[in-house]
Amino acid sequence: MTDRQHLDEEALAELQDVMEDEFDVLIQTYIVDSRDRIASLKTALAASDADAFAKTAHSLKGSCINIGAPRLGELCLEAEEAGKAQDLGEASRLVGAIEEEFAAVTSLLDRLLVR
Amino acid sequence: MTQHSLRILIADDSDTDRLILQALIKRQGHEVIEATDGLEAVRKFRERSPDIVLLDALMPRMDGMEAARHIKALAGDRLVPVIFLTSLSDAEDLARCLEAGGDDFLTKPYSRVIIEAKIKAFDRMRRMHDTLSSQHEEIIERNRQLLEEQTIARRVFDNVAHTGCLDSPNIRYHASPLSVFNGDVVFASPRPAGGMLIFLGDFTGHGLPAAIGAMPVAEIFYGMARKGFSGADVLREINQKLKLILPTGMFCCGAMVEADFKLGQLRVWNGGLPEAWLFRVDGEPLLLPSRHLPLGILPPEQFDSLMESVQVRPGDRLLVMTDGVLEAANDRGELFGLDGIRQCLGQSNSSRHPFEAVLEGVRAFSGKAAESDDLTLVALDITDQPTMPAVPEPASPSALAGPTEWRCEYEIRERTLGDFSPLPLLLHICLEVPGLRTRGGEIYTLLSELYNNALEHGVLQLPSEWKRSAEGFGRYYSERQARLARVDGHYIRFSLHHTRKPGGGRLRVVCEDSGAGFDFRNHPLVSGETGEGGSARYAGRGLLLLKRLSKSITFWGKGNHVEIVYDWYFSAHQGDGDDR
Repeated sequence: MTDRQHLDEEALAELQDVMEDEFDVLIQTYIVDSRDRIASLKTALAASDADAFAKTAHSLKGSCINIGAPRLGELCLEAEEAGKAQDLGEASRLVGAIEEEFAAVTSLLDRLLVR
Repeated sequence: MTQHSLRILIADDSDTDRLILQALIKRQGHEVIEATDGLEAVRKFRERSPDIVLLDALMPRMDGMEAARHIKALAGDRLVPVIFLTSLSDAEDLARCLEAGGDDFLTKPYSRVIIEAKIKAFDRMRRMHDTLSSQHEEIIERNRQLLEEQTIARRVFDNVAHTGCLDSPNIRYHASPLSVFNGDVVFASPRPAGGMLIFLGDFTGHGLPAAIGAMPVAEIFYGMARKGFSGADVLREINQKLKLILPTGMFCCGAMVEADFKLGQLRVWNGGLPEAWLFRVDGEPLLLPSRHLPLGILPPEQFDSLMESVQVRPGDRLLVMTDGVLEAANDRGELFGLDGIRQCLGQSNSSRHPFEAVLEGVRAFSGKAAESDDLTLVALDITDQPTMPAVPEPASPSALAGPTEWRCEYEIRERTLGDFSPLPLLLHICLEVPGLRTRGGEIYTLLSELYNNALEHGVLQLPSEWKRSAEGFGRYYSERQARLARVDGHYIRFSLHHTRKPGGGRLRVVCEDSGAGFDFRNHPLVSGETGEGGSARYAGRGLLLLKRLSKSITFWGKGNHVEIVYDWYFSAHQGDGDDR
């Protein structure tokens, strides 16, 4: 699972082609969106709401896969499964991993925007 | 890139995913409507009625599955493809999406190629569905139209082919309610001089084509029968008309029956129908098989309208049927056939009418209800004096209109004397006078008595005594045939003269022939003396009839020149032509 890249360059290139002028908007939207969802994961964890945790992880997984962040998507899938399994300990560990990976993805994407 | 722009609803709570999807779809030239949850998706579906819906499975407020159920319900008969957007990998979750009415999945990450292919495929399916449902509606509508047209056609047909005198007490007939659409027709009409004409027909084919072919037959039959044309004349006309109008391969099997109750004579023509049965009061039934091709096949010059003559007596019964009777099948596929008829006639006792016996026999055999059968049969009882219900006359214009002052002369000569009857033509001329229209029977009787006397006793010199015995009867008719070939120089001339009179009119008919005449001065009925006369020229009955119907009858010259005066009055009822 760690062998996946932070960013799928090919997928991002295609997105750039599809979105044209809207590409920057998309990246910013993704970053804001994901930040909100990671906050929601923490809230669900604090409330010990495993179902809400699984659903949020599911949504985040979808957009990560679409944007071309496969490693983050993989972590979200694991988080979703932990939530479904009511495994809050594992969930808590994964939130940390997700935050770390998200920081890496964000800094890579930021560089893409500056270019 | 696309040739067909669609309106596509996408519902996803993830802004990122929605942004990507709408960009992909817009680039393919479609219009996009966005919603962020299931509730909004249903509302926007209602407002904008999109062609295709893309739904995220997991959404706040209302998830994709419930939204799909609502949308499918709102779409009704319209096919609106619903495609689920999902990163679901669990087979159970995928199955739940399909159960909720989803038609397909689109998995993340989105692929431009797959999205385009799926939208195209569902658009094809959607349009095919539209075509099918509009064709289905069209078929339902066509069927409704067809039934309506049949009802109207039936009404028109009934107006043309009224029941005539089919309701006479001596006629029994059966035809299923929509028989004209089976191609079966049955007509009956009284003849102006007494007697009846009956026609039973069976067109090849079914449905509207058969019904359309039946219309002119009805029109010709009733139009000509009323004017006094013979069965043979009507057959020739029907054949000629059908030959002209029917496509090759379509024709009409038929039987014509001309009944003369006074003479005790039936004339029958059968072209393609099963044998007609004549049940004698005493003796075995006589079968009258088809001796001709059906109507509408032969060109007029090859058509043979010769009718078979049969002597009948009161109590004799004639039964004519279509092949629906012979071809009635039971549930084992066996046909009723001629044997079936023989059997049910043999089983029933003699007091039972053969019509009832056959009808019940064939129904019991086929086990079919009366409404759904394909049988048409008609029976005629020979009686002394058949009573006939009034046949509706075509509406006549005011008695004051039409020709009232006119004169005409018509002479037929030599060979034509044997080939042609001038009576329908002369009757037609007389009936142009509106006041005479309701008196067609009397006028026809007057004209035909004068004409038959002039021809048979005047020109052909046939003694009427011959007709009094059975052997003489045959001799009379064969001699008549022979002498008709030797009429060189002979003629019969009619002069008709009509004038107005206060309160009505007067028709003067003069009939002259080229024969030797007769000694009318010593004829007991002419001279007013009573007692049986020995004259060969006028049989007592004919002369009495002329005297009763007309105001006056006068003989001139050597007796081959007769003048009749017939008066009529506006208020007069039928049969009031006498002096007053």
